Amino acid sequence: MEQKHLSRNLLIKKLEMEQEIEKRLWDYIDNRCSPEEKEIVGRLLSQDPVWQMKYAELMGVHDLLQKEDLDMPSLRFTKNVMEEIAKYQVAPATQNYINKNVIRGIGLFLLTLVAGLFIYITKSMNWNSAPTSHFSLPIDTAKLNPEKFMNNTVVLVFTGLTVVLSLILLDQFLQMKKKMAGHGTQGGTA
Amino acid sequence: MEVTSTGQTDTEIINRVLKGDQSAFALLVETYKNYVFTLVLRFTENREDAEEIAQDVFVKAYRSLADFRGDSKFSTWLFTITRTTCLSFLRKKKLDIRSLDNERTGLQVENRESSFGANQVEQKSRHAMLNRAISMLSPDDAQVLNLFYKGDQSLEEIGKIMRLDPNTIKVKLHRARQRLKDKLEKYFAHEVREIHAD
Repeated sequence: MEQKHLSRNLLIKKLEMEQEIEKRLWDYIDNRCSPEEKEIVGRLLSQDPVWQMKYAELMGVHDLLQKEDLDMPSLRFTKNVMEEIAKYQVAPATQNYINKNVIRGIGLFLLTLVAGLFIYITKSMNWNSAPTSHFSLPIDTAKLNPEKFMNNTVVLVFTGLTVVLSLILLDQFLQMKKKMAGHGTQGGTA
Repeated sequence: MEVTSTGQTDTEIINRVLKGDQSAFALLVETYKNYVFTLVLRFTENREDAEEIAQDVFVKAYRSLADFRGDSKFSTWLFTITRTTCLSFLRKKKLDIRSLDNERTGLQVENRESSFGANQVEQKSRHAMLNRAISMLSPDDAQVLNLFYKGDQSLEEIGKIMRLDPNTIKVKLHRARQRLKDKLEKYFAHEVREIHAD
């Protein structure tokens, strides 16, 4: 029983050692080790038959992969692609029609809204309320009056803001499209 | 920075295309068509489908060329387009997408093993043998090997593509090569011996 356990441990150690040798050899083959490590591995390769055998094994796979040619599509491939792209134009860069300032503005507005709501709710909470047998919110819901804030004027102001922002975005997008169309015409005549 | 057969860098060609010289895009297609086609063949083994997808990849690359910021290699950017195009094509066609799921991968390996007898002639070719061995690996392993050896990408660039740390990619590459070696020893021992004897 003890002998079996011992041989299992030896086998595990041997496997771990093999893995370590392979790891160091791959780094050596890929030229990703330090000059000192390179020298050590080089010395081991010239002296140790185990390292030599492992190196030959790994180089076999490495060579096979390196000598492998790429697959080639049909001879008409480039022509087909060029015929296809003739129908299109290069689209404007995403970063040009998505204005970061507008996104930042919307983000800031949402954050302010959440923060304001949080502060208002926290202030309305009654933390000293006596515990009752049934579950109750520590907030006076009667005090929460959304109609006080969300009246017609506020809704109108926000709608107006949204329309203005949308118009700015649309204007920028159309200008960019016009610019790109100009480029496309130039290319076509060249 | 990659230099094409005309001596121009990718960035120079891209700038020409962006300025309206559509014909310059042909230089990029010529340079990268084999690379894209090889990568696509990893997702679908049907050459006709692969050609259609590869064509679609270049059309998409052309249309969104203005989005290429040049902070990575053009081939790295092209790979991300290839990957998404392949996946959406396969989804559309409802083809069997090789998943990372070991059970499914194992099943596919079994299916391939059973079809080896019918492809004895093909097996003789080193190219076919290696392709078969790579197709037995998990998609992640195959991707790392393809990008490193066929795509000529560095560990850092592969890390960018796979959104992983270069050290993790290094470990993945080691393991992928180890698994490929195991597959070659297990299923193609005779062919490998013949190659090394030549």
